[in-house]
Amino acid sequence: MNELLRRLFFLPEQGSTFAVKVDHLHYFLFLTTLVVATGIGVTGLTFLVRYHRGTAPTPTPRVVAPPWLEGLFIGVPLSFFLLWFVLGFRQYVWVSSPPRDALDVYVTGKQWMWKFTYPGGPSAIDTLVVPAGRPVRLLITSRDVIHSFYVPDFRMKRDAVPGRYTEIWFEAPKPGRHLVLCAEYCGLDHSQMRGEVVVLKPADFEAWRAAQLGGVPVAGLPGAATKPQPESMAVRGEHVAAAQGCLQCHTITGAPHIGPTWLGLYGRREPLEGGGVVLADEAYLTESMMDPLAKVVAGYVPVMPGYHGLLSAEDAGALVEFIKSLQPTRPGVTAAQEPAYVPIRR
Amino acid sequence: MSPSAAEPERLPPDNYLADGHTLWSWLTTKDHKRIGVMFLGLTLFFFFMGGVFALALRIELLTPGRTIMGHLAYNRMFTLHGVTMVWLFMIPAIPSAFGNFLVPLMIGARDVAFPRLNLASVYLYVLGASIALWGMFEGGADTGWTFYTPYSTTTGTAVLPVLLGVFIIGFSTIVTGLNFIATVHTLRAPGLGWMKLPLFVWAVYGTAIIQVLATPVLGMVLLLVALERVVGAGIFDPARGGDPLLFQHLFWFYSHPAVYIMVLPSMGVISEAVSAFSRKNALSYRMIVYSTLGISFVGFFTWGHHMFASGQSTFGAGAFGAMSMLVAIFTAIKIFSWLGTLYRGSIAVEAPLIYTLGFMFFLFFGGMIGVAYATTSLNLHWHDTYSVVAHFHFIMVGATVMAFLAALHYWFPKMFGRTFPGKLANGAALLVIFGFIATFVPQFLLGNLGMPRRYADYPPHFQTLHVASTTGASLLAFGLLCIAGYLAWSLRYGAIAGDDPWGSEGFEWKSQSPPPTHNFPVTPEYPTGPHEYAPREAEVPHAA
Repeated sequence: MNELLRRLFFLPEQGSTFAVKVDHLHYFLFLTTLVVATGIGVTGLTFLVRYHRGTAPTPTPRVVAPPWLEGLFIGVPLSFFLLWFVLGFRQYVWVSSPPRDALDVYVTGKQWMWKFTYPGGPSAIDTLVVPAGRPVRLLITSRDVIHSFYVPDFRMKRDAVPGRYTEIWFEAPKPGRHLVLCAEYCGLDHSQMRGEVVVLKPADFEAWRAAQLGGVPVAGLPGAATKPQPESMAVRGEHVAAAQGCLQCHTITGAPHIGPTWLGLYGRREPLEGGGVVLADEAYLTESMMDPLAKVVAGYVPVMPGYHGLLSAEDAGALVEFIKSLQPTRPGVTAAQEPAYVPIRR
Repeated sequence: MSPSAAEPERLPPDNYLADGHTLWSWLTTKDHKRIGVMFLGLTLFFFFMGGVFALALRIELLTPGRTIMGHLAYNRMFTLHGVTMVWLFMIPAIPSAFGNFLVPLMIGARDVAFPRLNLASVYLYVLGASIALWGMFEGGADTGWTFYTPYSTTTGTAVLPVLLGVFIIGFSTIVTGLNFIATVHTLRAPGLGWMKLPLFVWAVYGTAIIQVLATPVLGMVLLLVALERVVGAGIFDPARGGDPLLFQHLFWFYSHPAVYIMVLPSMGVISEAVSAFSRKNALSYRMIVYSTLGISFVGFFTWGHHMFASGQSTFGAGAFGAMSMLVAIFTAIKIFSWLGTLYRGSIAVEAPLIYTLGFMFFLFFGGMIGVAYATTSLNLHWHDTYSVVAHFHFIMVGATVMAFLAALHYWFPKMFGRTFPGKLANGAALLVIFGFIATFVPQFLLGNLGMPRRYADYPPHFQTLHVASTTGASLLAFGLLCIAGYLAWSLRYGAIAGDDPWGSEGFEWKSQSPPPTHNFPVTPEYPTGPHEYAPREAEVPHAA
């Protein structure tokens, strides 16, 4: 029944405990609405047919609603409205009051990405990793304009307001992946400000977190090799990218930002400002680090500073390897295996 | 349209339209009817513009990714659509056009209380609209019609001229509201007591109260945004001790009541039309009057329901949710009363009646979505999604535009003395209603599915419903163009209507159609309330 109604009303998957509660109120309210709307439609059409005027107007009686009918018009909707309000507001209070044992995650909205920071732990861009079956409290703020953290599968959103923290909590009962959207208009790429909540089994989550705390990136994720590997060039490149601030302008999630995204950049044919196309191979990537204005990808403002003399050859090579490692999802690869986060070393 | 008994060949020679044919005679007129007609023309023009913008948005949304415009153009386009439709069409449409034309006629007056101020409101409106539109085309604000800070105070687009334009239009609204309040208080004909006033006059009166009390707050908040942009006042900037949510409180303190500025007059139109086309008195006149005033009053205490997801206090959310339920009650009462008015009537299936039925259905459905939001918990999913877009379009298009079209058809003979092709009008009405359903029901479902509003681009699983909505929008646009076509034709070639082609007992029909410049050669008498069709002896015993 739940599943049938959910599909009937085009509701997405129920990804949190709150979603199940709130959907039941949804069904109650909208089924009532549909019944009464049908009633109004049928009554209106019946009157239309029954009292349809022929060629000449017929005399009509003067009918005025007696007080009991007026009372009914007020009383019946009022009782329904108050009942719904009481049911709904209880849920609202519930979802606004996080349990004490909740896992805290700080959420920062920024034009146009989401940053998730675990207290004393790693931080990630656009991917929020949480354990299943445990309440998670989100402390939400913004670095620029107002955003709104929205997960349709959880049936909830909360605005990210600069200068203050708002909070909301959820509990996802089972592992899965859920779309994150920005619901408050925030400028040019508002519609691109998307992310993902990845719900892991508690054990996987702990492993993931331990790996993050150890600074072990990509390969250390659950589902991949569990043994921490010696630092590869790609891993070193990731650290260089974080240290040099590359990721302030280039995303690794596929979202265009101030510069082109690095996800899938290697081997791509990029159209150039002023015409022409360039194959993004090792040579082009290195050239763009040292002399960025030589070949600017079409649609981007030439604002990148040159790193000639600032990047050692090893670091530049490591960056290229890191970019090469960033390939879009292939079928059968889970999100958690994608390099969709930026570990920060303490 | 039923022809009147003796069809006259030409319009009465002493009508207001014949009183001067030069442009100058229109530009300097103090006649409330001519001012009403000017507002009608202007608002129709902006309705057309807003519709074109809407179609551009719908075409962009046909496919994910770029269809015809980039993100910046899209963001400017929805701002243009919102600003045009809200301030240049919806707010002045029924009160300034039909209110100006009809209120003095309905209360047996020769004009409004302040005719010169009335003319000034036209010029303020034109000035404001020109500045806003100039700004929109010159730099193109991309803030949405809601101007949320800090985005509106930091974006590089031309927000200032749009703010200034809307600020000036606000004065036009205030002046119109003041004029109606003074007119209804002081210029009612002898014997026309408050509880005999036509329900349209009550609706315009309730609207006028909101216009006068709420619009100054809009002016204030727009000025504060301008100050913030120009001198960095820091009122809404947390880095300088300001608060971005303060803007939302001030903005919705105006903009929520503004919803009732747009809806109350349309309820007045429906109260008139439903009685005229079923030849019945209102089922409960007093309940409609009290709920009109109730909406004007309680409408001021519900603004926080736009902010359930903003992080306002939980107590605040509860209080605003409960108040919003009360507003819904007033609306529910009206819907039942209109429906009951049809009972045992003599119903004429004319275009205004078809729009009235559509209005009742859409207002109910849109209103119920509003009730669902007021439960607060359901709002957390729907807030800022297409569900909200669908909700306010059900109210603004499904209710207000339907009522506007009902008014346009019902009072067309009153204003211009001619009738329109009835069958064509009925067909167009059905087309508009179906087009509306096809446009906005998919948007409601998109909201359920989680599609946020103001998205130039979207994940592909939303596409099917977007295509359905765009198809519906094309149908709706086609229906509206049909109406524009036959009404324009009827202005010149329509059959002469006679004084009261619908056989309506509404008070405005006591004058000649189109009325002479001073409305009534002799002030009419008002022995009963409006729309009393039954002979006195047929009165049902439990009458109030």
